[in-house]
Amino acid sequence: MSNVDLGKLISILGSSRDLARLITEKIRDYWVFLTSRGVKRLKIMDFCGTHEWTITHYGLRSLVPGDLELVAGPGCPVCVTPSHFVEVLIKLSLEGVVVYVYGDVYKLRSTRGVKNVYSLAESRSLGGDVRVVTDILSAIRDVKSHNKPSVFAGIGFETVAPGYAQIILTGHLPRNLKILPLVKLTPPAMFYALDVSREKPTEPPIMGVIAPGHVSTITGAKAWTPVSENYNIPVVVSGFEPVDVLVSILEILRQLSRGEAKTTIEYTRAVSWHGDLGAQASINKVFETIDDAWRGIGYLPKSGLRIRDKYKIYDAFYEYGIREPPPGELKDMPPGCRCAEVVLGKAYPTQCPLFLKTCTPQRPIGPCMVSIEGTCAIWAKYGSRELLFKLREELSSKVKAT
Amino acid sequence: MNLLVELFSSLWCCLVEYVTLAHGSGGVEMSELLEKLVFSKVKPGFRRVSSGIGLDEADDGASIPIPGLGHLVVSVDSYTVNPPFFPGGNIGVLAAVGSINDVLVMGAKPIAILDSIVVEEGFSMRDLQVIVDSMINVLENEGVALIGGDFKVMPRGQVDKIVITTTAIGIAENPIVDRPRPGDKILVSDYVGEHGAVILMMQLGLSSVEEISKGLLKSDVKPLTKLMIPLIEKYRECITAARDPTRGGLAGVLYEWAMKTGTLIVIDESKIPIKEPVKRYAESLGVDPLYLASEGVAVLALNPTCAEEVLEYVRKLGFENARIIGEVRESELFKGYVAAETTVGGLRVVEPPRGELVPRIC
Repeated sequence: MSNVDLGKLISILGSSRDLARLITEKIRDYWVFLTSRGVKRLKIMDFCGTHEWTITHYGLRSLVPGDLELVAGPGCPVCVTPSHFVEVLIKLSLEGVVVYVYGDVYKLRSTRGVKNVYSLAESRSLGGDVRVVTDILSAIRDVKSHNKPSVFAGIGFETVAPGYAQIILTGHLPRNLKILPLVKLTPPAMFYALDVSREKPTEPPIMGVIAPGHVSTITGAKAWTPVSENYNIPVVVSGFEPVDVLVSILEILRQLSRGEAKTTIEYTRAVSWHGDLGAQASINKVFETIDDAWRGIGYLPKSGLRIRDKYKIYDAFYEYGIREPPPGELKDMPPGCRCAEVVLGKAYPTQCPLFLKTCTPQRPIGPCMVSIEGTCAIWAKYGSRELLFKLREELSSKVKAT
Repeated sequence: MNLLVELFSSLWCCLVEYVTLAHGSGGVEMSELLEKLVFSKVKPGFRRVSSGIGLDEADDGASIPIPGLGHLVVSVDSYTVNPPFFPGGNIGVLAAVGSINDVLVMGAKPIAILDSIVVEEGFSMRDLQVIVDSMINVLENEGVALIGGDFKVMPRGQVDKIVITTTAIGIAENPIVDRPRPGDKILVSDYVGEHGAVILMMQLGLSSVEEISKGLLKSDVKPLTKLMIPLIEKYRECITAARDPTRGGLAGVLYEWAMKTGTLIVIDESKIPIKEPVKRYAESLGVDPLYLASEGVAVLALNPTCAEEVLEYVRKLGFENARIIGEVRESELFKGYVAAETTVGGLRVVEPPRGELVPRIC
């Protein structure tokens, strides 16, 4: 392993057009085979916002057959955090609590607002003490410079949980800083998205899943076996370079054409079958699994983490008497916004009446337009599926003409 | 009482519009503001002198026709770079080079410069001397006269360290007004984005990374004289547009060209010369090198019949990393778009620079 030049490897994965061509040719071969077996259209869901970024930024949709649809899933933490918690944070910040958040949470809009304040950005302009940080360690460093009561909004997936757990277990959390743990677990959301996709048999079915690479470094690829076993579709844990994603698509098609449905790892340089056992142990020690609320979707069983009673002195839920959102409040999207369907792969951003009309990355309305992991924000920045298909058509027709 | 005042003043902030850093980043916000603030307010007859290049062109500079001589080309720029000393140069070098390059990419030979220095009370006299010496040194090497200027000191805290404004003057027989045409090839003279990457890293406290301390990564600030003067002499007719991609980077220049001419510009991302460390740090800092400023690079649009010949010539002039990276196309559906064929052969849209990417870059 020591003589592998990682920089070189990444550059091969990131920029090899010949390699990409080779893989896309294979993808087309399998596609031809599958269509000869009666497949007309199918969807492959990329769970993770970063995979959607890779797919759109590198234009992978323009490389695969148009009827092989790559559709984004719920893998954007900011998109699925209930409006209720944005309101909780706004309220705390207006009451003199220092609120530490990630940059995209700062801009996230709540549906109901608190006293006409709809985001933490607005709260700050009204005097609320909201501070943007890149991680919990920066919040810890900053909190030591003042004695004010403070809250860190711990939004994220399995990847962030070991860090929070470790800080709590080692006693590194300053007394005046509490964590609001809003960590969500990804496999339950995947099950739900697949259930939903099967309700409508008229739509092309989701026949494969590109599973999150970073999450799987913690959970291990084994976390995805319920998807391949219960739903009988291939799952590939993928890396984030464009060639990684193309190889994962290829592996899904290979399995489909052989009638297989297995969970496999493409991202072998980072992910193992069992994952990080140490991290899993510290998560289990500090957190318990609860039925958690997903914005615009509702409560999903066993899909979130909260701090165990034993460690409640670190928990903002306990310190400030914060409650879970009432189930009736979970259809919490702005009027017209289809973000809830976008995160489930039921709608493309371009099918939303607000997309790039009133809802833009500069003035986002729905949560999918806020974070760079949100499908709407990614499509707005690098071009939608339809736009790129038209562009591909136009460019190839010009080439033929000349 | 204090709380009331605070609340009132912070409420006021939301009723009144304020200038933000995004308005000065050379992107969409800046063009929109300038249109509203300046362009729309200046009457058509006052936007240029006779048949010269004026405000409407929003080019690197302006020109005044002088019968029998050609055009007097003038460019003005203020330099506020933070920090004033950076790997590869300082604000004095930048102030001289930046304005000289603006005149050069207008197709003119720079002959003179005027400067205006505003410095903060308490600024080190030694540093000031180094900055001014470096500026004069550039001018001497380039054969450009310093023919006048101004010097002011502001009380401590009322300006951040130092601001330099320079006006460069040049002579052009036939100035380059940017008008890329369908079919034209896009040439980039050198690696892009180094200046922007270095300043960004300095501002983020990454000055001690290996590539910077070993001098492998430094600002690309340099005069484009050795490139532009021979090119103008030999291939002026082949050049349909020329720019130096400072704020807004390569993406900014291409987007402005596409918008101005109602064309589609298609670039091949794998052909854009970007140094490996620039690529790597830009990726880890979440910025795209296409938007990072260069201070010693020219972007040219070339007539396709002579583009390859010009590329050959540019390389012979010592710009070995020059590449043709794309072309201008006519399009009904995609007027004003820039599109990229990505490094793996896919397609995506290159959006115009928006927001505040790196403040105080030049």
